[in-house]
Amino acid sequence: MGLWATAQLWGPPGLLLTLALHLALYLHSAQTSVPPPRDYCVLGAGPAGLQMAYFLQRAGRDYAVFERAPQPGSFFTRYPRHRQLISINKRHTGKANAEFNLRHDWNSLLSHDPRLLFRHYSRAYFPDAGDMVRYLGDFAQRLGLHVLYNTTITHVTLHKARQAWNGHYFLLTDQMGHTHQCSVLLVATGLSVPNQVDFPGSEYVEGYESVSVDPEDFEGQNVLILGRGNSAFETAENILGVTNFIHMLSRSRVRLSWATHYVGDLRAINNGLLDTYQLKSLDGLLESDLTDLAIVKDREGKFHVTLKFFLEEGNQSANADAITLPQDDNDNFAMRVAYDRVIRCLGWNFNFSIFNKSLRLSSGGEFSKKYPLIKASYESKGSRGLFVLGTASHSVDYRKSAGGFIHGFRYTVRAVHRLLEHRHHGVAWPSTELPTSQLTSAIVRRVNEASGLYQMFSVLADVVLLKENATTFEYLEEFPVQMLAQLETITGRKARHGLFVINMEYGRNFSGPDKDVFFYDRSVGHTEDAWQSNFLHPVIYYYRHLPTEQEVRFRPAGWALPRPTAIHHVVEDFLTDWTAPVGHILPLRRFLENCLDTDLRSFYAESCFLFALTHQKLPPFCQQGYLRAQGLMGTESLRRHGLESGLLRDYTTADRRHEDRAHRPLGSSQAPGPPVRPLESNKEEL
Amino acid sequence: MMSSSFNLFRVGISFVMMCIFCKSAVGSLSELSPQKYFSTLQPGKASLAYFCQADSPRNSVFLEELNEAVKPLQDYGISVAKVNCIKEETSRYCGKEKDLMKAYLFRGNTLLREFPPDTLFDVNAIVAHALFALLFNEVKYISTLEDLQNIESALKGKANIAFSYVRAIGTPEHRAVMEAAFVFGTTYQFVLTTETALLESIGTEDIENAHLYFFHCKQVLDLTEQCRRTLMELPLTTLNIHRFIKTMEAPLLTEVAEDPQQVSTVHLQLGLPLVFIVSQQATYEADRRTAEWVAWRLLGKAGVLLLLRDSLEVDIPQHANVVFRRAEEGVPVEFLVLHDVDLIISRVESNMHIEEIQEDEDEDMASPDMDIQDDEVAETVYRDRKRQLPLELTVELTEETFNTTVVASDSIVLFYAGWQAVSMAFLQSYIDLAIKLKGTSTMLLARVNCADWSDLCTKQNVTEFPVVKMYKEGETPVSYTGMLGTEDLLKFIQLNRISCPVNITSAQEAEEYLSGELHKDLISYSSVSVLGLFSPNMTTAKEDFIEAGNCLKGYVITGIYSEEDVLILSNKYAATLPALLLARHKEGKTESIPLANSPPQDIVQIITNALLETFPEITVENLPIYLRLQKPLLILFSEGSINPQYKKAVLTLAKDKHLDSLTPCWLNLKNTPAGRGILQAYFDALPPLPLLVVVNLHSGGQVFAFPSDQAITEQNLLLWLKKLEAGLESHITVLPAQEWKPPLPAYDFLSMMDAAASHHPTRKDPECTKETDASENDKKQEDKSAIRKEPIETLRIKHWNRSNWFKEGGKSFRHDNKEL
Repeated sequence: MGLWATAQLWGPPGLLLTLALHLALYLHSAQTSVPPPRDYCVLGAGPAGLQMAYFLQRAGRDYAVFERAPQPGSFFTRYPRHRQLISINKRHTGKANAEFNLRHDWNSLLSHDPRLLFRHYSRAYFPDAGDMVRYLGDFAQRLGLHVLYNTTITHVTLHKARQAWNGHYFLLTDQMGHTHQCSVLLVATGLSVPNQVDFPGSEYVEGYESVSVDPEDFEGQNVLILGRGNSAFETAENILGVTNFIHMLSRSRVRLSWATHYVGDLRAINNGLLDTYQLKSLDGLLESDLTDLAIVKDREGKFHVTLKFFLEEGNQSANADAITLPQDDNDNFAMRVAYDRVIRCLGWNFNFSIFNKSLRLSSGGEFSKKYPLIKASYESKGSRGLFVLGTASHSVDYRKSAGGFIHGFRYTVRAVHRLLEHRHHGVAWPSTELPTSQLTSAIVRRVNEASGLYQMFSVLADVVLLKENATTFEYLEEFPVQMLAQLETITGRKARHGLFVINMEYGRNFSGPDKDVFFYDRSVGHTEDAWQSNFLHPVIYYYRHLPTEQEVRFRPAGWALPRPTAIHHVVEDFLTDWTAPVGHILPLRRFLENCLDTDLRSFYAESCFLFALTHQKLPPFCQQGYLRAQGLMGTESLRRHGLESGLLRDYTTADRRHEDRAHRPLGSSQAPGPPVRPLESNKEEL
Repeated sequence: MMSSSFNLFRVGISFVMMCIFCKSAVGSLSELSPQKYFSTLQPGKASLAYFCQADSPRNSVFLEELNEAVKPLQDYGISVAKVNCIKEETSRYCGKEKDLMKAYLFRGNTLLREFPPDTLFDVNAIVAHALFALLFNEVKYISTLEDLQNIESALKGKANIAFSYVRAIGTPEHRAVMEAAFVFGTTYQFVLTTETALLESIGTEDIENAHLYFFHCKQVLDLTEQCRRTLMELPLTTLNIHRFIKTMEAPLLTEVAEDPQQVSTVHLQLGLPLVFIVSQQATYEADRRTAEWVAWRLLGKAGVLLLLRDSLEVDIPQHANVVFRRAEEGVPVEFLVLHDVDLIISRVESNMHIEEIQEDEDEDMASPDMDIQDDEVAETVYRDRKRQLPLELTVELTEETFNTTVVASDSIVLFYAGWQAVSMAFLQSYIDLAIKLKGTSTMLLARVNCADWSDLCTKQNVTEFPVVKMYKEGETPVSYTGMLGTEDLLKFIQLNRISCPVNITSAQEAEEYLSGELHKDLISYSSVSVLGLFSPNMTTAKEDFIEAGNCLKGYVITGIYSEEDVLILSNKYAATLPALLLARHKEGKTESIPLANSPPQDIVQIITNALLETFPEITVENLPIYLRLQKPLLILFSEGSINPQYKKAVLTLAKDKHLDSLTPCWLNLKNTPAGRGILQAYFDALPPLPLLVVVNLHSGGQVFAFPSDQAITEQNLLLWLKKLEAGLESHITVLPAQEWKPPLPAYDFLSMMDAAASHHPTRKDPECTKETDASENDKKQEDKSAIRKEPIETLRIKHWNRSNWFKEGGKSFRHDNKEL
């Protein structure tokens, strides 16, 4: 309302301004001859940019990727500083299923080419960053992706144009002053700006991006590391054996990825310092807010930790020795020791600087300042047609799922591409239409192999849209589940007759930095306790109607989705193999049956034959199979098992009970003189 | 002074009780006139009377409830009567308006209370209200915390209190409390409230349910001390309250020095277990303190005894420190080693839990178990899982080998999923087929497990299981759409050996083709051979026919002849070109059908229809094709082959177009035993075979039976059918028309989650370990305490925080590990 009013008020001058701008642009373009607009521009040839380029290329779209470096994946040429990636490269799972294997391959991008799997690039479980650079180079080259290297986009602005898909073009200016016009802008620039905290003495601090990686440089030193993320621990790990001790300081407690189930938290591969700390080997972890701190340098060049508060009190005296230190007052202050080095490992921020204000690309809320603000569809809240991909899009699932990492965003990129295909090219979200008798199987198949559901748990979910009378359904894969209310407009599919959402979830209250994930009795084995499952397991939501935006936004706390009409948990499985006939499939079938109010059992042709001649209606399996002359005949040995189980009846030898009953009338009819029916014989005469 | 009047009243009641039992009117509601009623009232005797207009049917529900309350109220010495207000006798209780009928409670001639009928909404309310009025002094109704505190301080050192909260007056819980007060009211002070605020103020969050607390005030000597409270954790029922109060009366802790198996206390009689804390002389004092603590915690749940090991004659295991004895007769005592008193508590509580679960399981046994497989395909495949199939007879394809294999030779590929029952059932038929074809077929039988090669299946456009596809060089892959069984797939493969249509090159060859000589070995798979006859110049018609032939490939033999001498054939079979010749090999007949500009789909339809027989033997395999005609079925059930006379009769009728509205067929029970199941559904008592029925499957589901005493002749049949058509026959049964509903309910996880959310978060009780696992148990305890111990780092930070420079961030850790 308010916004609209302002627009009205400022309408005429705004219009003038636009005109002026238009004119200026026109002149400008006339001068430098702006090439015709491209449909898609991708910023950055990192994993996310290349992944998007792949999908655009396969769909035959007009696109270009802009990359400032002469090769893809420039981030990985320098980072991680100690060169070891912490994304697992599991080359063996004991399974042939390629889709399943992607669940345990955290480095590959999605493509149709099996040679472009990361396991062909490194044998290491935690591979070297150089292999990633090589891989990304091959990916771009082999697939012939259209990347403009050595092109640094220095400025991005918006240009209104009525004919444009979104009512405006994105204008990209490169270092040569060339301008590129794009209908859709896909920002995949990652997080590239080191996060710096401003406090007195921060100038003495070395950054992760430039600190020496040679352990020799730390021999016999006292080291203070600011931060408690993987880069901090990675740095510590490298020098752990050569320092006197390492202290690690951060605002909040350490978050262990095996407790939080979030891959961005501290991984066990880097946690050597935790071990030495808890085994009393002088290293240690401390918690304090860095913004309250100050670092002063003494005469010998050593660093002392003090408080900003003291500095302010001490009238900014230049002499370090004159500044009050906490230990003056409190002689057992933990950080009273002098440090030889202070290293900052505080993570990265998105580079907002190249984006003009007109794009209204702002940073996220208090907890995701480092990320640009986007919707659950990965589109910027500020301007239509601007999508953020890859690591920079992690605000959607920060500290929850894998959207900030290759093994997560390769799927969210695909989701964005599907959304764009429908929005601009009328290609509806891909789906498979199947008869209801295949519903249980379709779900079982996906929960057992789908990697997108598994990696992007609770962010991307499969959706089953029921057709009228629930005789058939459409199966949509990996839909961004927070956009459920907008499903029809995003996918171009209709959800008028109810839907299922297939999600993967950890148990509530199982994940968290202070949670004991190894507690006794943590796993559930009984199907009736499935809802208490703790480990990642499939959860199926049933809705009679598509939930509204309100329902999605104000869903109950701790719920991934709004409250459904009914819910089913497939009990957690130690092997993540949910194909047990009675433990997994049977309860799922019962759930689906009760939602659809029908019988989803499968039957042999003989049973269908019997039903067909003794019932007016048939169960879906017989209708969709037997009645179409595609009944399941079975074999003799299966038939015998059926008889033993009591589920099949043997008609070859007539049932004795019935035979007894059958004999009585037989006897009576053999009595002499057949009963005459006078009434009927009368009629006959008539 | 209060209690003396009560005692008087009680004497009265017991006296009246005896009188009532002498009377024969026990258990039924007596109906009296007002005058009569008042004359029956006896001094000191309580009576509940409902005054109503004679014959007013309005309150029949209430009267039913009142009738039900007669018996329980009589047990408490309260007589019940329905007083009919009649015109002649006016009573002030009768009320003036018809609607305002009320119930009254009298003691002797004195009116105690009047109740509008809506307060006495059911039998529980009637009993509760009546007792509530009579036990006015014994049960104090309070509404504030102050009231409770006053009562509590007044009774300290004197008597114990039974304090209960019920959601409303007249609920079943209220009745249970009142019934308990009737029994225990002289011994304990009963206090009742319906105020949730009061309940909350004594520390209960669960205000949904009724609660009963026992306040141990009698032993409180220091008036500033609060009375100890014990919450009854079971639902408020008369029996539970009775048991609970009984255990409150029992001594808290008993010392014994006899065999735990022989000890008997009131707890066992009440069905509660016993916990023995084993004590030694050396540690007696400490053990006794522990035992007392345990006893308080287990009050109302178990009896606690101190077992003096030193003066014990029987042997108990050396390390055992706790002995647990279940209430059930004959269950041996358990000797336990528990190092934490909490484990004793949880042992008892989990035991109660187990009992509850067992009850649940018993209930489940009555209803069908949801965990039992009721899918015949899934169950049979599962039961057969250990049988080794000769899978090697088919070639297993992978992503790597698939393309090269299907290019190298003509192949049939089965796409299945190892976890999917239907496709695994079909895999067995497929293997049977491989056994049959072993070494004879040029077609390669292959299979792809889509559970392993998911991407391959997706690429081959396989989205459901099972799917069979045929790959032939230079042709697009064809999906098999027939029955999923050995025979039908065999037919498909065999008929695919020849091209479809077969190009016939001479008139003589055409004759051989029509006679079946040309494809002798295939005739058994296709009872009809179709030959398209075209003049050489009919190019479009030929193309259409070839396309139709391709569609029918694998299901029927087709051929095409379009040489110059085609007229020889067309003249011989009286066909105008273009035409189809259908050779029915079984009957040895050849007929012709003209093909005038029919598009391929129509040609397919013509051929498919031509394949249908006039009077087929119906089988499991072919029923679906005949059901497509959407006509009522005329079925002749026969044990063995059909009587030729019957066959002739039906065929004649069909020929004369009398059966056009029906699909006549016959069923051989020897070939199709399921037919017996059908007959059982049609007939209550099975008449002798053969049986002739008309089943109106598609509209109405009526089943008509041809009279079994009539001979199946052309004439009789025609007559019967005419009557049927005229609606003069009545059906023997109607097939059920209901939809196929879920066979069993599903787990309602949503309400389980809701229930859990509304209760306190409870984690599973730690399991107790028997002596054998004692060492493991120790370890567990160690782990636990390690976790709970305060980390050094917290201590450090605490020092740092001392001057409050930094916000407190650390979590406090509790030390609640009570060690034995």
